[in-house]
Amino acid sequence: MIRNFFRKFYLFFIFVLLYAPILTLIVYSFNASKTRAKWGGFSLKWYSSLFENKAILQALSNTLLIALLSALIATVIGTMASVALNSMKSKTRTFWMSMTNIPMLNAEIVTGISLMMLFIAVGNFLSLFGGSITFGFMTILIGHITFNLPYVILSVMPKLKQVNMSTYEAALDIGASPIYAFFKVILPDIMPGVLSGFLLAFTLSLDDFIITHFVKGPGVDTLSTKIYSEVRKGIKPEMYALSTLVFITVLLLLLIVNYKPKQKNNAKV
Amino acid sequence: MSNKLIDLVGITKSFDGELVLDDLNLYIRENEFLTLLGPSGCGKTTTLRILGGFENPDKGSVIFNGENITQLPPNKRQLNTVFQKYALFTHMTIAENIAFGLKIKKKSKAYIDDKIKYALKLVNLQGYENRMPDSLSGGQQQRIAIARAIVNEPKVLLLDEPLGALDLKLRQDMQYELIRLKNELGITFIYVTHDQEEALTMSDTIVVMNQGYIQQIGTPEDIYNEPQNAFVADFIGDSNIINGTMLEDRLVEILGAKFPCVDEGFGRNKPVDVVIRPEDIDLLKPEEGTIQGVVTHLIFKGVHYEMEVMANGYEWLVHSTDLFPVGTQVGLHVDPFDIQIMNKPESEDEEAVSIDE
Repeated sequence: MIRNFFRKFYLFFIFVLLYAPILTLIVYSFNASKTRAKWGGFSLKWYSSLFENKAILQALSNTLLIALLSALIATVIGTMASVALNSMKSKTRTFWMSMTNIPMLNAEIVTGISLMMLFIAVGNFLSLFGGSITFGFMTILIGHITFNLPYVILSVMPKLKQVNMSTYEAALDIGASPIYAFFKVILPDIMPGVLSGFLLAFTLSLDDFIITHFVKGPGVDTLSTKIYSEVRKGIKPEMYALSTLVFITVLLLLLIVNYKPKQKNNAKV
Repeated sequence: MSNKLIDLVGITKSFDGELVLDDLNLYIRENEFLTLLGPSGCGKTTTLRILGGFENPDKGSVIFNGENITQLPPNKRQLNTVFQKYALFTHMTIAENIAFGLKIKKKSKAYIDDKIKYALKLVNLQGYENRMPDSLSGGQQQRIAIARAIVNEPKVLLLDEPLGALDLKLRQDMQYELIRLKNELGITFIYVTHDQEEALTMSDTIVVMNQGYIQQIGTPEDIYNEPQNAFVADFIGDSNIINGTMLEDRLVEILGAKFPCVDEGFGRNKPVDVVIRPEDIDLLKPEEGTIQGVVTHLIFKGVHYEMEVMANGYEWLVHSTDLFPVGTQVGLHVDPFDIQIMNKPESEDEEAVSIDE
């Protein structure tokens, strides 16, 4: 009895520790008073002032666009890469899998700085021919695709391994071209993996700060870099509201990613 | 029989430096039920995959109807395969599965519907159009896989151990089903199995393979009654394979006793392998037999009793419908035409000799 109580209490305690900061943030985002020192009653005014702030809305649209595009492109490239990896012999596959995993294990700051250096180097090279690289939307997009790729591969690969390859051969056998067979037979089978890879990539891109910080140009911001620069000037309660929104969006996406395959299994039974 | 349809010429294939097929030569006639039979790793599935276009041979060529198709991809070949693990498209209905190949060939809807009906009738699964593959039993799924292949009107159907995952009763039913299908369709079947009984039941021609070599090609009767070497004799059914000496034409000495036989041309006093099928040994009273022994083991097998008889230092495997309890003194007799004489392999390696045609 007591043991049971402590077990539950312990779990509760851990989750309080985990979520207390975010809860505080969410509560304060509804605080009518501007100071953190006291509770001035419930209000949505920070939310409404947030949506009147042009710079923030611009950052929001950048964030969503980059998240969507980078997730889409990473999903396409990652799925193709998985197909190639899957057809390799196991030794070569292990090698290339480790290679693709490195960006994921690498400290983000290292990835960020090295991407920045690369863009500068490429820019210098292009300037020899009169070209150039402007840090901005494109560089952020490329950066996000880069760090999203391994996550897509990681979520597609297990599905691909489960695929009964003789269904692919059977499709070829009765007249399908390899491309047609892939889209008609393999893709539907690995779709849950592709979708969760896409959502994972979207989420990661949405809340990335460090890499974005290094590869963004002046004047172009995503929400996370915008919040950072706003906060440096002095914390405004709008930022609580914005952070709350970012948190809730990411939470919802994660819930979708995690619950999707389960529902599929239930439907089958 | 009829014309050569497929000719495999000098097929050699290795995987990671390991030789799987070594200079394999084989032809398949039109409308033949040919079975590639052998233990796992003998190269039978690789041969089938080369025919289907899923593997390219390192050397040699595949001639189909006089045309070299060695490099042709599977989707361009007039051969269709039924895979071991059914390989149905699980997210499509049965009708969509069967229509898959026809839709690629841009057939009209009426034609496709007709074909689906016809194919389902052929495999005795009328009315299953809208079911999903997961809701079907293993045997039913395998029938759908066959239906999906035959609607494309292949000249040849390749079957890769299609009954391997089914239980015994179902397997036997499906064997008859396959023979019926083949007769109704009038096309060539190339069948791969490691199950000798399946091979004997269904085939016109059996190709026994081991370690990438063809051991013997022949009708089921040939293969069973006149195995050309110890491997074939051992692989097809139970047998007693005993060292013997061919004293002269029509007389062989086994374990010190002289047995009349029907084989000639082995020379005098030549060491040979003698194959005697367990059901060909008659157990008699001790004084009536060619040699005498004592029953050491007895198992009831349903159709017959399986006994082991110790005689002249060899454990003879005997099948008989008569019961001789353990310890009974018996005489063994074998009719001359039931004794199969084989040349001894020259060396260990020659256990697996390549026999062309």
